[in-house]
Amino acid sequence: MLYREAGQFKASYIEDQQIFPIRQDKIGFIAILAFFSLVVPMIASEYWLQAILIPVLIFSLAAIGLNILTGYAGQLSLGSAAFMAVGAFGAYNFMLRIDGMPFIAALILGGLCAALVGIAFGLPSLRIKGFYLAVATLAAQFFIVWALVKFPWFSNNSTSGVISAQKVEILGFAFDTPVSKYLLTLAVVAVFALLAKNLVRTTTGRSWMAVRDMDVAAEVIGIRPMRAKLSAFAVSSFYCGVAGALYAYTYLGTVEPEGFSLDLSFRILFMIIIGGVASIMGSFLGAAFIVLLPIFLNVAMHALFAGTMPAGLASNLELIIFGGLIIFFLIVEPHGLARLWQIGKEKLRLWPFPH
Amino acid sequence: MMNDMPQEAVQEQTRRIGDVVLDLQNISLSFGGVKALTNISFDVREHEIRSIIGPNGAGKSSMLNVINGVYHPQEGRILFRGEERRKMEPHVAAAQGIARTFQNIALFKGMSVLDNIMTGRNLKMKCGLLAHAMFWGPAQKEEIEHRKKVEEVIDFLEIQSIRKTPVGRLPYGLQKRVELGRALAAEPSLLLLDEPMAGMNVEEKQDMCRFILDVNDQFGTTIVLIEHDMGVVMDISDRVVVLDYGKKIGDGAPDEVKNNPEVIAAYLGTSH
Repeated sequence: MLYREAGQFKASYIEDQQIFPIRQDKIGFIAILAFFSLVVPMIASEYWLQAILIPVLIFSLAAIGLNILTGYAGQLSLGSAAFMAVGAFGAYNFMLRIDGMPFIAALILGGLCAALVGIAFGLPSLRIKGFYLAVATLAAQFFIVWALVKFPWFSNNSTSGVISAQKVEILGFAFDTPVSKYLLTLAVVAVFALLAKNLVRTTTGRSWMAVRDMDVAAEVIGIRPMRAKLSAFAVSSFYCGVAGALYAYTYLGTVEPEGFSLDLSFRILFMIIIGGVASIMGSFLGAAFIVLLPIFLNVAMHALFAGTMPAGLASNLELIIFGGLIIFFLIVEPHGLARLWQIGKEKLRLWPFPH
Repeated sequence: MMNDMPQEAVQEQTRRIGDVVLDLQNISLSFGGVKALTNISFDVREHEIRSIIGPNGAGKSSMLNVINGVYHPQEGRILFRGEERRKMEPHVAAAQGIARTFQNIALFKGMSVLDNIMTGRNLKMKCGLLAHAMFWGPAQKEEIEHRKKVEEVIDFLEIQSIRKTPVGRLPYGLQKRVELGRALAAEPSLLLLDEPMAGMNVEEKQDMCRFILDVNDQFGTTIVLIEHDMGVVMDISDRVVVLDYGKKIGDGAPDEVKNNPEVIAAYLGTSH
């Protein structure tokens, strides 16, 4: 009954273009943002912040990046983790080699490095499509990880390419506690999510979707497929790069190239498939699902079968249930959690009536 | 259906026809060994409705693809507004004011009607990627300015009630109309329509005819039309080109073409 848009009339195009045209959505979003920025830092334990909330946020950002490329522009990619690595090592080198480098600037420059690499590995997309392109992006995945280990300059000559992130300091304030790191991550992710939302609802986003849905028609109305595809690769890699830098600086602290493996690329791909392809909110839902579900299963298995089942069997069982749940979700709603959420909202508008 | 149109209106239309805007000279196009078009020449005059007809596989759609740069003919010259075109990419043709619709609907299925028509205006929008990311400021101003134009197209085509609907959910006839809207949003001077009435019922055809005539009349848009419904073609076209097996077999006013023995042979067959 509360969720009604009756009486909310749009009198101008500005009002009609809002991200949340329905008032209840806007209030709900502000409430959620306020909860995560004000209430969570006060009540969440160090474990929750460090091991759950920060990674969920970082993976959300990476998932937004992949969603821009795969969801909006329709270019399948398996190189997201490699672009994260470029961002992490890029930011590290800018911090290391330039005195007094501000952290936010290093973050953005790291992202820009990833964007350049992304454009280079996006070039095959001009000629090949679909699964063949996915295989071509695998080259990025393996080449970048190999190069970061092979050339010690990237990791300042450390063994096997391990880097330790420098201290994060912005305007003299040191971000060294879990709470401050969490808030920094939240702020960066929130701002970039907003920028991504703006991109996908204007001409840039429309040209990506046009190339995705019907490339010949897009070209005939004046969209240049090359520009659209490469800009999608650039923006996507930028987002992955920033996520990678955060991964190193606010989450793990110490990273190595091998950590950004194909495995991680697949996890990010699963996030957007489960969360919802071509949806910014879906990226958050998918990241939360993929990070939280194994933890939840682990806790549940321990609570249910503690002591009665060998540890090896329990952990394998967890993986089986995890896989099963993913398949279940994809059968129930192939368009992901974001679509489920939308259907729920449509039902809520009519509730308690069926039509 | 257009027979009962007042005589003055028809005359006014023929009077408005101006100079040649598009001149195709000796166009030949082949794919490997398959000759799609052989030595075809015809012209299109300003403000006219020029139809291309012919049996299946005659090369009609290939002809449109040559005009807007999707295919590059191996031989022949294309003069658009007096300038010769060399190999031209479709987006360049779009920038010169050539828009088109497709035989099989080529809408962007995942996007709403509004977004589909907005993409039609992409060439007129100047903001860059960073401005889009920031949104509030120039990008928003531009969006609103172009939204007004798009709303005019939506009003013209009478599709106000479906503007927020994803096009994939619309029935076929409406999708065809949205596709016309996307082409019109670009404010083209030359509009290529590839079977806009295929698969439509009589009412939908009447609506589509009305839109085509209104576009031609109100905006002065030159139209090149491919259509299989001979009643429609003979009624609304100023001149008709007939293709068969990639060759031109007839060209002229509808009445001339209708009585051309070669055309009759191509459509009905001859007794040998």
